[in-house]
Amino acid sequence: MQSMKRRPLLVATALVAALALVVGLSVAAAGTSHATKAAATMPAPKVPNGAAIRAKYGGQSITFIGDSVGGSHARDVALAKEFRKDTGIKVNIVPHSPASDQSYAQLARIFSSHSSSMDVAMVDVTWPGVFAPYLVNLKPALGAQSKIHAAGIVANDTVNGKLVAMPWFGDFGMLYYRTDLLQKYGYSAPPTTWTELFAMAKKIQDGEQQSNPNFSGFVFQGNAYEGLTCDALEWIASSGGGSFIDNGKVTINNPKAAAILDLFRSQIGVTTPRGVTTYQEGEAQTAFTNGDAAFERNWPYAYSLNEAAGSPVAGKFAVAPLPHGPGGHSVATVGGWQLAVSKFSKHPGAAIEWVRYLTSAAVEKFDTITNSNVPTIPALVKDPAVRKAAPYLNPATAAVPRATRPSSILGQHYNEGSKDIYQGISQILNGASASSVLPTIQSELQALLK
Amino acid sequence: MASVATTVTTRRRRRTKLQRRQTRVAWLLLVPSLAVVALVALYPLGKTVFQSFTNQEFLALEPTKWVGLQNYTTLIHDTFFRTAIWTTVKFTLITVAFEFALGLAIALVVNSSFKGRGVMRAVMLVPWAIPTVVAAQMWKWMLDDTFGVINDLFVRIHLVSHSHAWIAEPSTALASVCAVDIWKTTPFVALLLLAGLQVIPQDLYEAAEVDGANALQQFWRITFPLLKPAILVTLIFRTLDALRVFDVFYVFFGNRPDTQTMAIYAQSTIVGDGHVGYGAAISVAIFLIIAIFVVIYMTVNRVTEE
Repeated sequence: MQSMKRRPLLVATALVAALALVVGLSVAAAGTSHATKAAATMPAPKVPNGAAIRAKYGGQSITFIGDSVGGSHARDVALAKEFRKDTGIKVNIVPHSPASDQSYAQLARIFSSHSSSMDVAMVDVTWPGVFAPYLVNLKPALGAQSKIHAAGIVANDTVNGKLVAMPWFGDFGMLYYRTDLLQKYGYSAPPTTWTELFAMAKKIQDGEQQSNPNFSGFVFQGNAYEGLTCDALEWIASSGGGSFIDNGKVTINNPKAAAILDLFRSQIGVTTPRGVTTYQEGEAQTAFTNGDAAFERNWPYAYSLNEAAGSPVAGKFAVAPLPHGPGGHSVATVGGWQLAVSKFSKHPGAAIEWVRYLTSAAVEKFDTITNSNVPTIPALVKDPAVRKAAPYLNPATAAVPRATRPSSILGQHYNEGSKDIYQGISQILNGASASSVLPTIQSELQALLK
Repeated sequence: MASVATTVTTRRRRRTKLQRRQTRVAWLLLVPSLAVVALVALYPLGKTVFQSFTNQEFLALEPTKWVGLQNYTTLIHDTFFRTAIWTTVKFTLITVAFEFALGLAIALVVNSSFKGRGVMRAVMLVPWAIPTVVAAQMWKWMLDDTFGVINDLFVRIHLVSHSHAWIAEPSTALASVCAVDIWKTTPFVALLLLAGLQVIPQDLYEAAEVDGANALQQFWRITFPLLKPAILVTLIFRTLDALRVFDVFYVFFGNRPDTQTMAIYAQSTIVGDGHVGYGAAISVAIFLIIAIFVVIYMTVNRVTEE
């Protein structure tokens, strides 16, 4: 009798213990997050006119499709908390997928079903043209505030005279490198060409792998997703291979593009980890922050994570413009996110106040200092506190010419066009020769332009 | 046989008023659930078939047009889809075979009585209990070639000479995703087969012992024949699930062209590219391919029963 009573309890305990073990292992596998440390360095700014906003919209609830990369979710949470404290408006934050083509799909679903499930969303720099019919015109409410932002980005966010999104933060690709390792192996400056980068990466990797077998020379975003389109644009445009589509014509199938792509293909598994073809921003940043890479291509957000207290590479890295190909010059792919209000929102007034708060100078400064994003307000770039927190805003790195993805010309077919590009480049990185893949990408993009 | 036939005809001639009334009541009781099934299953299926004959786009502002069989003719020449079908079928054959073999072995072991059997039955379900996406992400990090624990372990015990990029390398990519799915779903197969094993009466084994049959003979002559219904149900479940696989492939590979499954290709066409009409044609094609497997199983089932 006794054993019969004890059996179910034993089974339940064993199940709970096994589940706890599994959860514990998965958390350990996920690694530590430096996010909370970064966001804690500065308090969120107060909302100007908080009382007046509270009187009009206090008690309302809006849904914000926010950021998820690095420490950005923690930043959104801190800002939402302050916003609620000052205005009484509750902001429900739903982090979007870190892969921006999936985030696009999420917004496309919401807009095509006319759903009011979200009020404010982060919109990538390539999307205002596609989603314009579904977005609120922010010019009446925020036109004055938009004047402090960079004119180029505001122009990108204006479709047929409607300001469909407000600039939130800028983004551009840059090269992170280990200053201590460059010094150790006798290099005085970061590489200026891709061949130089791979040569330096090989020498450093060979040396470091004696003590750390997981060390690699160079990490970047090589998975088959939108991020690969961004990286590949930098490789090709900096080598004189064009920007996929130039002046209305598809130009990707050219010898210079093939040469630089074949160079990258030859380095997979040699100076880059073989698994780099599965890396998105998170994996590349983890490898570099853990001290397992000499060079990394990533966006500015990674700066604060590398510099955070407790990071193995804090104080041992710096940033520089990305290298270029023979006869070319360095470029950086334009990234950056905007904030848009859905036409189907039930609380457009409260939503616009949230956007007004987020795109104010005070909050952009907060974002740059705590999350190392690039402000879209030119005046902030001259602010000494901002320059101290974001050294990559120095003219050398920040003034690198920008390469833009062909989003305006592809319009609503941009997602599909980008997929044709990144699937093709993924095949090249995984072993196919560029000359066998580029003609296919060329014809696929051609078909979309018709 | 002849006697059965006469009984049937006699029954038909003698349908009484009571029987007809009972049939009517039976239909009335079934109508609500049939209506729900029609709404939830038949309506979306019908709508998908209809959409496959149009050129509907997700975010298009122009009205949708009827295009007849154009989507299907494009589909026949679509090499991406052909690769996806082949990847999915390969995955299905490998995983169902391994899961069945391992699941049967585990079910036989857990069916016999030993100390701690109850605990074992609970613990063995843990992989199945974890959400697939979570398990897939967990394994993706564990299999990583730079910071993954699997490579670290294998190198330490000298199973491999250096870290392998199991997921990135095309030669090991399918094997790695099959391994994760087998880890996850074998407990489910074991559970279904265990249920079938527990229905087999114990006295059959006792009689076989008396007759002098050894363990292997007992398995082939008693266990396997009586387990056939459970085996067929399990295989149908697993095959249909494997043909529709999405989560684990998506977490591991994203939209990598050489490892797309049919479901991933349909999703990226409809939601990513916005081609609802063409995507609907892909979905109908997937439905037909799965229907073929269902017909095969049903035929085997009917043949076995006779």
